[in-house]
Amino acid sequence: MALQSLDIRRRSATTTPAPMVRDGATPDVAKLIDTTKCIGCKACQAACMEWNDLRDDIGKNTGVYDNPLDLSGQSWTVMRFAEYENEKGDLEWLIRKDGCMHCEDPGCLKACPAPGAIVQYANGIVDFHEENCIGCGYCIAGCPFNVPRISKKDQKAYKCTLCSDRVAVGLEPACVKTCPTGAITFGTKERMQSDAAERVEQLKTRGFANAGLYDPAGVGGTHVMYVLHHADRPGLYSGLPADPKVSPLVRVWKGATKPLALGALVLAAVFGFVNYVRTGPKEVEPEDELAAQREKEQIHG
Amino acid sequence: MVEVTRREFLKVTGMTLAGSSVAMLGFAPETAIAEVRQFKLARATETRNTCPYCSVACGILMYGLGDGAKNAKSSIFHIEGDPDHPVNRGTLCPKGASLIDFIHSEGRLLYPEYRAPRSDKWQRISWEEAYDKIARLLKKDRDANFVAKTADGLTVNRWLTTGVLAASASSNEAGYITHKVVRSLGILAFDNQARV
Amino acid sequence: MTNHWVDIKNADLVLIMGGNAAECHPCGYKWVEEAKAHRKAKLIVVDPRFTRSAAMADLYVPIRAGTDIAFLGGVMNYLLANDAIHHDYVANYTDFSFIVREDFAFNEGLYSGYDPAKHKYDKSSWDYERGEDGFVKADPTLQHPRCVYNLLKQHYSRYTPELVEKICGSPKDKFLEACKLIAATSSPTSAMTIMYALGWTQHSIGSQIIRAGAMLQLLLGNIGVAGGGMNALRGHSNIQGLTDLGLMSNLLTGYLTLPNQAEQDYATYLTPRAQKPLRPNQMSYWQNYGRFYVSLMKAWWGNAATAENSWCYDYLPKLDKTYDMLQVYELMGSGKMNGYICQGFNPIASSPHKAKMTASFSKLKFLVVMDPLATETAEFWNHYDEYNEVDPSTIETEVFRLPTSCFAEEDGALVSSGRWLQWHWKGAEPPGEAKTDIEIMAALYMRLRDLYKAEGGAFPDPIVNLAWPYARPGHPTAEELAKEYSGKALADVMDPKDPTKVIRKAGEQLAGFAELRDDGSTSCGCWIYSGAWSEAGNLMARRDNSDPSGIGQTRNWAWAWPANRRVLYNRASCDVNGKPFNPALKLISWNGKTWGGVDVPDFKADEDPAGGMGPFIMTPEGVARFFARGGMSDGPFPEHYEPFETPLGYNPLWGKGKGQVQNPAARIFDDDRKALGQADAFPHVATTYRLTEHFHFWTKHVRIAAILQPQQFVEIGEALAKEIGVKAGDNVKVSSKRGQIKAVAVVTKRIKPLTIDGRTVHTVGVPIHWGFKGVARAGYLANTLTPFVGDANTQTPEFKAFLVKVERA
Repeated sequence: MALQSLDIRRRSATTTPAPMVRDGATPDVAKLIDTTKCIGCKACQAACMEWNDLRDDIGKNTGVYDNPLDLSGQSWTVMRFAEYENEKGDLEWLIRKDGCMHCEDPGCLKACPAPGAIVQYANGIVDFHEENCIGCGYCIAGCPFNVPRISKKDQKAYKCTLCSDRVAVGLEPACVKTCPTGAITFGTKERMQSDAAERVEQLKTRGFANAGLYDPAGVGGTHVMYVLHHADRPGLYSGLPADPKVSPLVRVWKGATKPLALGALVLAAVFGFVNYVRTGPKEVEPEDELAAQREKEQIHG
Repeated sequence: MVEVTRREFLKVTGMTLAGSSVAMLGFAPETAIAEVRQFKLARATETRNTCPYCSVACGILMYGLGDGAKNAKSSIFHIEGDPDHPVNRGTLCPKGASLIDFIHSEGRLLYPEYRAPRSDKWQRISWEEAYDKIARLLKKDRDANFVAKTADGLTVNRWLTTGVLAASASSNEAGYITHKVVRSLGILAFDNQARV
Repeated sequence: MTNHWVDIKNADLVLIMGGNAAECHPCGYKWVEEAKAHRKAKLIVVDPRFTRSAAMADLYVPIRAGTDIAFLGGVMNYLLANDAIHHDYVANYTDFSFIVREDFAFNEGLYSGYDPAKHKYDKSSWDYERGEDGFVKADPTLQHPRCVYNLLKQHYSRYTPELVEKICGSPKDKFLEACKLIAATSSPTSAMTIMYALGWTQHSIGSQIIRAGAMLQLLLGNIGVAGGGMNALRGHSNIQGLTDLGLMSNLLTGYLTLPNQAEQDYATYLTPRAQKPLRPNQMSYWQNYGRFYVSLMKAWWGNAATAENSWCYDYLPKLDKTYDMLQVYELMGSGKMNGYICQGFNPIASSPHKAKMTASFSKLKFLVVMDPLATETAEFWNHYDEYNEVDPSTIETEVFRLPTSCFAEEDGALVSSGRWLQWHWKGAEPPGEAKTDIEIMAALYMRLRDLYKAEGGAFPDPIVNLAWPYARPGHPTAEELAKEYSGKALADVMDPKDPTKVIRKAGEQLAGFAELRDDGSTSCGCWIYSGAWSEAGNLMARRDNSDPSGIGQTRNWAWAWPANRRVLYNRASCDVNGKPFNPALKLISWNGKTWGGVDVPDFKADEDPAGGMGPFIMTPEGVARFFARGGMSDGPFPEHYEPFETPLGYNPLWGKGKGQVQNPAARIFDDDRKALGQADAFPHVATTYRLTEHFHFWTKHVRIAAILQPQQFVEIGEALAKEIGVKAGDNVKVSSKRGQIKAVAVVTKRIKPLTIDGRTVHTVGVPIHWGFKGVARAGYLANTLTPFVGDANTQTPEFKAFLVKVERA
């Protein structure tokens, strides 16, 4: 499918306007993940790997059900398991399918310095075009959900495409189709919102007073949304951010002119390296350093 | 001024160093192409089958290389749920969604093999050799140990020194012919995987 | 399943117990979510672990592994004590009013007739009293002290909520909450479904646990109705089919049984199987046994099977005992077996007590393994680090490993848990030189037949006379075999009501088992499958998924046995007059002339309900049994016994040093009894199970599955972890009297210690999926730990409750 046949909303680092003449034909789409119906079976992970021809490393068990432990260039979605004892003392197993949220206002796209490496289609899907990716990792810094990962194989950034290749021919994403319990559904964003509203009402009658829809405004809403039993505490779901926003770094980047920004990037790199070598750890709180290292490892893992 | 923490600063610089940030200065592609991945099932041959794992018996669609023409040799390259199936309605569990890696598992056996007494390895043999040897072993054991009558004169026509274990995922037809053959030999040590 | 997967959406209450449907049958489990979403159904999960199913439940009740009868008995006691039973149903459709023999007795855990030397019962006292007319005596007023209702009430009156808590460790308040929800489904318009699996079967009391579940459903009137039933979730894709087809030691096809050696002639064999009705005007469908048997023998031995030779009765081997897997491996271990053929089965991993298995297999002269995958069984002789410590140079067994096709590479039918026979189609050739199981069995048979024809040998008749009517004898097709088991007319079949009328012409496929005859004029390889391939073609391949019923019956999708019936015992969904108890979920009804509806009636199609014929047409009583009579080997009512490896050492029903502790009728071999552990050395209760990411021992060969769950682990609760100084991710050693494994510890809030009769009992979860072959990380076979003892009725091994010790590795 060539460029001109696509309905593009925006492209990264591109000054020429995206082809926008088609109008109205493509509705905004969304994937709704109902955590209250999710059994954490990982069928979505399997279907994602199978459809997208991805095979992560055969890892280890680290004492939890999660595997692979984190997103990677080969794992575009993972289940995150949390055991939570509620006020009544009853156990709840809160399981969240993690992956790209397909933000309406995508921080990754805004942060990306490589022309056309990140695209948002008119249906809302945010897609990476790895042939254009330069592997800088800015998308990661720009992502409020810590989702993209640089592949060990080719040093390019990868994440969930919302199966743009399936959606383009009128199919649902692979994870949606496979989901055994119907915890993942797909349709127009409007339909997903109304389905979610209905489900939330049901949940309230089943004892979850704070059930609700997660469609955070800080990123303009998302094309992947969650129904949560405890929408008042998204953090219970393995650290789902309560109020995600595009990173301040991206605002720095987007605020500057392009040449200046690129210069700043190089400077930052050099400064960062020199600074680390010369004074590094002494000026940094140890936990900060550890956290940064962990994130680095994650990003490159 | 936007607040950038030390941690975020380290994070971005670290990434930049480990990545290929400098390359971007002069090597961005000329045209910004934006196209989705080609839809990989466009003309593949679709075959209906049933998941071989548990007994929900989900309908599956297997997509094979080629269009079934005489000269095209099929190989299944993708499997997903059959949306027409009343039970699974297109869904598959993680096992069903991974079936493609079962078909192409490196653990698949390809040739008849034989392990000699006290040997620590397999040797490849032909089907003919395997059939001949096995049939001969079976007949020898049956002829030596078949019990036509018990000591107290009851006709029992049984063969107890060889047993057969039937499968759990073979088809009805394979199961039926297995049963027919096994009972014709008089075997009683016969079981299947119903319990485990 | 009495019902089927989609029907679960019609339930008002779902009880998942002895299974973990969300984990092991996720795509079938979806219908529970449908019931919850669209019928406001509730879900109760009772399990030793807070499972994936429990995570979806409205009520989770913990239970000690192996104490399900105590729990279910407690629920029955609650229902009987609170009169929360479906009165019309139990009065008319069960044996409630039947009077039991006076010499039947039950004392301190033993029923009358027990022989302690043989570990067996003489079951003659477990029967009804007969009247002078030969029929069973009944007291419809339910006043007689020995009517089944009163015996039942008395038996379970001991199972108080306090006792349930003491035995099971289930908190009394949670137990009573479950009882209340369950009791509500005694209403004629409300149904509970029970979904169970190997969590109920794999106990020394497994069959009785299932009976207890079925009895509970009968009390509530939930058998035969939409949204109800006893739903066994079979673990393998065609184990339903292979059992239907009788691939077991003592069976023929369609649940016909092989003769015992005492049954020296056909008449002696037939009489007890073709039972006459025990009550007036009952159908007692097994009276047709002879038609099923003769048609089978015609399918197998063709023209050789004649009335004169009792349809080749002598060709069938006669049993002196049942040669189930455990019995066979015991014989193998004592050097009494020479050869073994494993077709698509990995017993070294699947059977209990790996060390015994390896020792037994090492005594074989030859082993033939047919499998698509490189199994542990085929390489039991090969050294694999600490996971298979054997010395090949000491093992004499010759081994043949034959590659077979997998599902994608063959045509044929599989039978789902819901008894649907579904046809599937080949999509590609098998890899390398792999062949189908059919082709291999045909080749072996033809070699043997030719050898016997050429050389003679021991009783060659059944081999050389076996009917082999396939167009290419070395390659019988799935279609030919399916037509053979479905059945055809060998001569014109006449209408029994009008002997001049031909209802089926010679050579035609039969429409169903009603057309079977016992005079040799019909051939049918499996009577319950009769009609699957009729003159209308291959009904198993049907793909019309329309559902005019609106309740998920899809009668033109594939074909269900028997007779395309989707819900068994559906006559019981109507009252005595033939009106549906719940008109909103009507399956069938009586229209004054015939029975009909959205299912094939499980009843005589034109039988006026006024005649009093009972809905359970397979029993000679015509009704369902609370009192099992001689149908079970370990008692007519389920009774709680401790697992063979009990953490207590006594049965809390009776107290220390009193009463029967374990199932008195279970079979255990001497060496295996010696290999049982005691709680002082092995204090933790282990239970084995599957994970959703894996299937048995196959998917460790599947890369994606190996990525999703790569490495062997065991699950322990936080309290036990603290006690032994282990944190999540540490390695632990788990040992039983029979061996030890090492694995990563998953430390979880999902397993809690239970308080059993005042003492703390920890549960240890042992997933089964790892081994020494495959792409997943190598691990120990979990059966290194498990005990070699089976259920008293089925010999299903006790994998779900045994003793181990967990420590830091």
